[in-house]
Amino acid sequence: MQLAVNVLVLAAIYALISCGYVLIYRVSRVLSLAHGELMMLGAYGLYMTASLFSGEPVIAVLVSVALAFTIGLAVYAALMRHMTGEAVLTAVLATIALGIFVRGFVVLVWTAQEQHPARLLGIENTSFPVPGDARISLVGILLLAVTAAVYLGLYVFLRYTAWGIRMRATGQNPLLAAQRGIRLHGVYALAWGLATLTGGLAGMLISIDTALEQTLVLIGLKAFPAALVGGLDSLAGALLGSLIIATAEVLLIYYVNPLLADAVPFLVLTAMLMVRPWGLLGTREELDRV
Amino acid sequence: MSRHRSAALGDRLRTSYQAELALLDRRSRRVAFAALAAALAAFPFLASAFQLDLANQVLLASIGAVAFMLLTGYAGQVSLGHAGLLAAGAFTTGILYKELDAPIWATLPASALVGAALGLVFGLPSLRLRGLYLAVSTLALHFIVIYAGMEYEARRSYSTGVVIDPPAIGGWTLASPLAWYFVLLGFAAAAVLVALNLLRSRTGRAWRAIRGREAVAEALGIHVPAAKLLAFLVSSVMTAVAGCLFAYYRGFVSSEAFTLYVTIQYAAMIIIGGMGSILGAVLGTIFVTLFPYFIEYLVATLPVPQSWVDSIYAVNYAAFGLVMILFLVLEPQGLVGLWRRAKQYFLLWPFKQRPLRASQ
Repeated sequence: MQLAVNVLVLAAIYALISCGYVLIYRVSRVLSLAHGELMMLGAYGLYMTASLFSGEPVIAVLVSVALAFTIGLAVYAALMRHMTGEAVLTAVLATIALGIFVRGFVVLVWTAQEQHPARLLGIENTSFPVPGDARISLVGILLLAVTAAVYLGLYVFLRYTAWGIRMRATGQNPLLAAQRGIRLHGVYALAWGLATLTGGLAGMLISIDTALEQTLVLIGLKAFPAALVGGLDSLAGALLGSLIIATAEVLLIYYVNPLLADAVPFLVLTAMLMVRPWGLLGTREELDRV
Repeated sequence: MSRHRSAALGDRLRTSYQAELALLDRRSRRVAFAALAAALAAFPFLASAFQLDLANQVLLASIGAVAFMLLTGYAGQVSLGHAGLLAAGAFTTGILYKELDAPIWATLPASALVGAALGLVFGLPSLRLRGLYLAVSTLALHFIVIYAGMEYEARRSYSTGVVIDPPAIGGWTLASPLAWYFVLLGFAAAAVLVALNLLRSRTGRAWRAIRGREAVAEALGIHVPAAKLLAFLVSSVMTAVAGCLFAYYRGFVSSEAFTLYVTIQYAAMIIIGGMGSILGAVLGTIFVTLFPYFIEYLVATLPVPQSWVDSIYAVNYAAFGLVMILFLVLEPQGLVGLWRRAKQYFLLWPFKQRPLRASQ
């Protein structure tokens, strides 16, 4: 039972992170490899607001969430806007360069020391018993709730709101969308903003759960296979992929070898790429045409 | 008038395939090459020990960068497994040396063989995948090789890494930086020559056609799967050999030396240097290898906060990321683009644009 709880919490983490990969890829066909770093930046944003508004956790969280959204918009306006129409590799490398920059920047501003935003916010990470002789931490519950809320929100947003429909149209065919009067740059910027927001949320929750340090990037990188296994352009796929990766990881660590932890997601990914490269629920890319 | 023209064409009018294939086809090129060779030969006798080490690092990295350029810059197959391949070469060398006490004439071909096998296996997904998905599947290569290396280190309890003695051929040991310089120069020159020769021939044209558009390449009669696998094979062998040399040069193999950051550095080399150019690969290697030392020098001389001096690696990261972003946004053609524009500026002076029709 404890294993099941662990799987669920880990899956929630991966799902919350990987929906950022999916959002950006689905809308602009760019893979953001800076997602882990932006997630870390979001978490450091919480640390900053937590020290500014200490004792007011709600305000601190709200401000840092708004900050994460703004960072996403800024990244698009300053960097990714120039990458529209460039080759896939160039755009991906631009995000990698951004990631390297953010890593250095974070250390220069906040030093490499471990930080504990939870203490600044005054949050006690107590654990609760769950039926079946298992325990779940407060942050674990929060993670599950936030992930559910984010996915529900994205579903409603993409399905029923005007901006969401514009976003889907842009993802399907940018040229036609532009001709129908949709502002592509606005839609792309919104996708980056939302992706950084959700990633930032994940970063904040993880940093409250354990601590805030550079290894957060690694978790972001491990969530990437989850997005790929599910299918890079499907939100439901991201959810499914996260569940699969988390299950494999928890079970293999428990029964086989803890050293495997960092390799598991990529092993699952390799197996997946051999069989169904476009992912479980992803759409198959069109064939090359002359 | 006609005499004038024939004199101008002189050595440019090619009348045989031999002349077409010649690398040093003009007197100016022969002179430039002789000057470069003389400078490279004289360099180690004039340079300090530190500069010599830097030169060796650049030469070593340029082998890998040229290999990466062949695969990604010419054949258009994006790979993120480059550090994994370097590690495969280095670990093959380290393991053979430790377990069998193998000399360099055994470890070098063995590394090349391992590289070839890995290149073939991890080139296979390229037959079905394209662009992004291919890059990710090569990422799997990286993690698998590094994991295998870590397993070996853990099993044999070389927790800090495998120590390797300098290679000996006959009675002579390759240990001094000066000797290393010439050995590495030979390997780097060979890598560049192999690359240039491949690119001027059928293989290179096939790779470029595939990069342009696969369906068209196939319609032109190119066996696309074979050409792709060959690109992976050649690139992996060169990279694994570079890994083997790296192991001997450093005298030390550790899985921690081959992080994803190494792959990113190599990608930066070919992007900053300029995609689709061997000269670009070399220029990019020089730039990326020397960059951290340059930043270190700047931090030491300029008045910067003490915290920056303490976490110099972070300054490096931030500066490196920034420079890469600037190159991608402002000069997508890289250093080669700058070089070409500078050349054009001087050639055309006092004009700015090339005239539409050559003047009679």
